[in-house]
Amino acid sequence: MTTPRPETLAKLTPVLTKRWLSPDAWRIGTYEKLDGYAALRKALRAHPDDLIQLIKDSGLRGRGGAGFPTGLKWGFIPQGDGKPHYLVVNADEGEPGTCKDLPLMTHDPHSLVEGVIIASYAIRANRAYIYIRGEAVHAARRLRNAVQEAYARGYLGKNVLGSGFDLDLVVHSGAGAYICGEETALLDSLEGFRGQPRLRPPFPATHGLYASPTVVNNVGTIASVPYIVLGGADWWKSMGTEKSSGPMIYSLSGRVANPGQYECSMGVTLRELLELAGGMQPGHTLKFWTPGGSSTPLLTAEHLDVPLDFESVAAAGSILGTTATQIFSDQDCPVYATYRWLEFYHHESCGKCTPCREGNYWMVRVYRRILAGQGTHEDLDTLLDTCDNILGRSFCGLGDGATSSVTSSLTYFKQDYLDYIEGRTAPKLSDKQLVGAH
Amino acid sequence: MTVFTEETRARAREIIARYPADRSRSALLPLLHLVQAEEGYVSPAGVEFCAEVLGLNKAQVGAVATFYTMYKRRPTGDYLVSVCTNTMCNVLGGQEVYDTLAEHLGVGHDETSADGRITLEHAECLAACDYGPVMTVNYDFFDGVDPQTAVGVVDELRAGGRPMPTRGARLCTLKEMSVQLAGFADEREGAVADGGPGEPTLRGLRLAQQHGISVPGFDPNTPIKRRDAGEKPAPATPATAAPGVKTPVDGAPPAPRDAKAAEAAGVAANAPAGDGKPAGDDAGAQERSLKEASASARSELASPAVASERGAEQ
Repeated sequence: MTTPRPETLAKLTPVLTKRWLSPDAWRIGTYEKLDGYAALRKALRAHPDDLIQLIKDSGLRGRGGAGFPTGLKWGFIPQGDGKPHYLVVNADEGEPGTCKDLPLMTHDPHSLVEGVIIASYAIRANRAYIYIRGEAVHAARRLRNAVQEAYARGYLGKNVLGSGFDLDLVVHSGAGAYICGEETALLDSLEGFRGQPRLRPPFPATHGLYASPTVVNNVGTIASVPYIVLGGADWWKSMGTEKSSGPMIYSLSGRVANPGQYECSMGVTLRELLELAGGMQPGHTLKFWTPGGSSTPLLTAEHLDVPLDFESVAAAGSILGTTATQIFSDQDCPVYATYRWLEFYHHESCGKCTPCREGNYWMVRVYRRILAGQGTHEDLDTLLDTCDNILGRSFCGLGDGATSSVTSSLTYFKQDYLDYIEGRTAPKLSDKQLVGAH
Repeated sequence: MTVFTEETRARAREIIARYPADRSRSALLPLLHLVQAEEGYVSPAGVEFCAEVLGLNKAQVGAVATFYTMYKRRPTGDYLVSVCTNTMCNVLGGQEVYDTLAEHLGVGHDETSADGRITLEHAECLAACDYGPVMTVNYDFFDGVDPQTAVGVVDELRAGGRPMPTRGARLCTLKEMSVQLAGFADEREGAVADGGPGEPTLRGLRLAQQHGISVPGFDPNTPIKRRDAGEKPAPATPATAAPGVKTPVDGAPPAPRDAKAAEAAGVAANAPAGDGKPAGDDAGAQERSLKEASASARSELASPAVASERGAEQ
């Protein structure tokens, strides 16, 4: 493996991932030795409004995919309204390709717990929940252990560190529904209902959990807070770009030599990430990739130099999303890849709105037909037409996301579709898998 | 209703006490994990139990139970083997792993082997794409599997062995795992300590370590700016603020103003939801419930327990 060039190596910014190298960082004793809970002590001496301003100044944007400014979100919580406030951490990581929050919660759970306490203090919440994906059992073990340890040391519970601030934190396991990563569906699920998205407005900032003001933030967002409190907004902005500040954990998977987690300054390019990851696997040439999970439109080898920050990826016609870069090569078929993602969206559609529920159901069937060598040219029009009826007409982002890979693969790889339809590519699915497709 | 022991009832009360007193329905998901821990699936009796302790009807509980993939509707084996067949794992070989296991065990998706040991399922993305193709046994990871290693794992499980996952804790049964999912600590000695990070997790870090790279300028004593302009650090600071983020130039307190504006906008634009969800409750009830909840969390035996006893009498 060739060593990456110094200017590429300089893009690495080990901040949130730094403690993962210490095998016992999940224990409170080790965590405390590594700056742990220092940010909390510092934050409790500050006025909550100053903390909100600090997060605003840092330019921190949500790490869950949408990139909403975190400080602004906290500022939306009405103060002095006499209602209880809630902080809910969205740890329902499930976007295909995304694998950054699980290692963080497994190897450094206290950084999330500490972030929760500081954020709750800032928005004046006395109850916080971490809604963790059900399947993430080992991360949940470590997180529950961390919460217990934090209670025992007086970081949680009544009168946190003698500050007069009370906070209770519950780790709540989900039960295997991707839709619960959507914030209002998550709130419904946390209230004990089916996880289906809510109509907005009203927004969670005024009518969230139990119809009270609620902040819902991603794991990476909240885990960033202690570092900003310690190092300050200017230090945080020394990483990333002007509008997308800070470090970001890029998750490389697929046909690369060394897949894994690479925490880099925001705005790193795929070319640089590939250099860090030792290039493509031998015998593979980059064909298509997702910048941030399967709900973000595919990009191609043309886009190797697009800075992976919120603005630049949007300008390239995609979405930064969760920075889950799934990398596919000339040996992978974009039609089949899209079909598998659609099977996912079809399975995970909550059924609340018709465009998503029916649209994904039918698109899966059209794909099966194409992949079985029985597609027609009209099928491609049908797919685009269906996408038109889902995008912007669904109740939440799940339906919109489902269309991303369909429309982008048809834009960049129409020939691959035509090759199935016109018989140049051997069918990938057999007739028996076609039952019900017509 | 004899299947649920007093221990389960005590656990149910403990779960309910985690949530605000008049928001006990929040306990439904953990309670469904709890009844699954008892029976290996969510049976009609399990649905009835949840309904009883929460004061819901069975239809309300059933509607929730059937929505979520992890609540099984038929008896399961001791081990749930989930193979990721979503796009990334799929193209890296996950589909062959699943097909091989299905043939080897003679079962399809969500079915249990004849000896009652193993339930097989194909799963959607398990959030370990850098380790693909992956499978899990009772949700703990076996990374980078191929058909042979996967068959080896299930054969060992059927022979009564417990192969060690690549990451995560030593295996337990699905019922034991469901207790943890209901929110209880893993009591097994050393289980929380099991499973260090794998190489893909650490790759970027190792590279940074090898080349001595860290982020410069980190000073944990950097002061937090106070809104009463007293101690302005440097005049250059406001100018460098990220665009799109409002920076006060006059030193006036910005946060309360933002909050007021947001609240005013919120009140004007946001009528409470009218979709049958529990939105728009009056603030008094909220405060009351919070007070009661914190009281009950301390004294352990609170109104939900009373509710469940009332249910038991019926």
